[in-house]
Amino acid sequence: MNRDDFPILKDGVIYFDNGATTLKPNCVVNEMVNYYTKYTSNIHRGDYDNAMKTNEVYDKVREIVKDFINAKDIREIVYTSGATESINLVAFGFFKKYLKKDDEVLINKAEHASNVLPWLVLEKEIGIKVKYIPLDENHELTIDNIEKTITDKTKVISVAHISNVIGDVRNIDEIGKICKSKNIYFVVDAAQSISHYKIDVEKSNISFLAFSGHKMMGPTGVGILYGKKDLLEKTDPLKYGGGMNQSFESNGDYILKTTPIKFEAGTPPIAEVIGLGEAIKFIKSIGIEKIHDYELKLKEYMVEELSKIPNIILYNKNSKSGILAFNVEGVFSQDTSVYLNHYNIAIRAGNHCAKILKDDLEIKNTCRVSLCLYNTKEEIDVLVKALKNSKDIFKVVI
Amino acid sequence: MDKEIKRAIILDNYQNPINKGLKKDDSYILKNTNNESCIDNIDMMMKAENGVIKDILFDGEACAICTSATSIIIKSLIGKTLDEAEKIITNYQDMINEKDYDKDLLGELIVYEDICMQPNRKKCALLPSNAVEKILEVIRNEKK
Repeated sequence: MNRDDFPILKDGVIYFDNGATTLKPNCVVNEMVNYYTKYTSNIHRGDYDNAMKTNEVYDKVREIVKDFINAKDIREIVYTSGATESINLVAFGFFKKYLKKDDEVLINKAEHASNVLPWLVLEKEIGIKVKYIPLDENHELTIDNIEKTITDKTKVISVAHISNVIGDVRNIDEIGKICKSKNIYFVVDAAQSISHYKIDVEKSNISFLAFSGHKMMGPTGVGILYGKKDLLEKTDPLKYGGGMNQSFESNGDYILKTTPIKFEAGTPPIAEVIGLGEAIKFIKSIGIEKIHDYELKLKEYMVEELSKIPNIILYNKNSKSGILAFNVEGVFSQDTSVYLNHYNIAIRAGNHCAKILKDDLEIKNTCRVSLCLYNTKEEIDVLVKALKNSKDIFKVVI
Repeated sequence: MDKEIKRAIILDNYQNPINKGLKKDDSYILKNTNNESCIDNIDMMMKAENGVIKDILFDGEACAICTSATSIIIKSLIGKTLDEAEKIITNYQDMINEKDYDKDLLGELIVYEDICMQPNRKKCALLPSNAVEKILEVIRNEKK
């Protein structure tokens, strides 16, 4: 759907690497160009027309994000450089202060590096314990396994809403309930879900939520950290400088601004924030449920068709998102990816930054197709046809 | 060399690479090498005695180009002196990087002479040569 909004598609590329980054619709690019060509100016400091316009447009995006994820207050919305920075800010700005030795943080082996490494560093630095909630036989995270892993020492559960290799949709409403009843902080990495699945931070009792603009049809270089207001008030910034301070004196005294501004030192990515606002408007104009239903139907079609090819191994047939991990039997994933590039099909090969999932999958590298609303059945047919001919794979890649 | 023959040699070395599998032996020097921009990742171990390469083993996960190049490099280097090995590796790297090189030194490695047509595969072909370089450096430093 909406293919005309994505000019890059006219070049004939079949873009199945949306889990890495999505394409950008005209409206996003045009608004960014508008800022650069019609009213470039910095935020919060100018008294001239263009600066006031920039302020207005830039600040408005906080409202748009707040409504999109059903936050209570714009002060709960922090602009960051992306989901990675958001999670790092939570880990090092908040949890480093409030967690103690032997407190447990529960993650799992399907998490992206950005939701593993910050916790591993905290484990080294302050002695918290990182525990892995076991995945089930489909490599998915179940409520049952979460409940079994929680102990009296569990202080944080940090999970992706949708895992980026297996694509299972975690039941964040239910996890949020458990966290609430047991007084556990709930951190959600929504990088893979934000443009595919409705998120309600209040309903899911989320303490902190992280996502990136570029995986939701917005620009690179911008992301969001949502945090409950009382938690963000207790969080320390990781960056200090202009814009985030109230005052500072030569005797060493300083006063910082309040959330979210205290986290946004220096000139932020203004054009990118504006682009992010447009991306959310674009998603809302179509309807996120409609997007999700469409992508899921496409995935089901893809699974059905690929299942008919004997030498294709599918790793996550049943997960309820547009992500499919597969391999061609006996072929290294990168060779498959190079092969598909000859058909102008863009997929991803590798471990997809989930480097400890290999313990569970028993294979390190997979090919991944990740769908977005502009993909079509016809594109999947081209993929299926290419993979049916995969006996020719080495004729093409060598 | 005919393209079909080249392909057959590459494919054979990919599907049946020589000396795949490492062993525990302190008389070997072991180095890992991986491509940051892709997923090829190999360990290589080499044993040299009196300035001559006696054995090379490897293991890891890598694509057809990288695995086959590792296999052919191993075949080309076993039995050579360290100086000869260095010359072969330098010439091989020059060939991949589209510089002047001595064809006569390369033997079967010549199958990669067209790899520059696929620029993103150059790093796959170069990976095992980086491992050899790292090991040769260790051996040279040990000698000092």
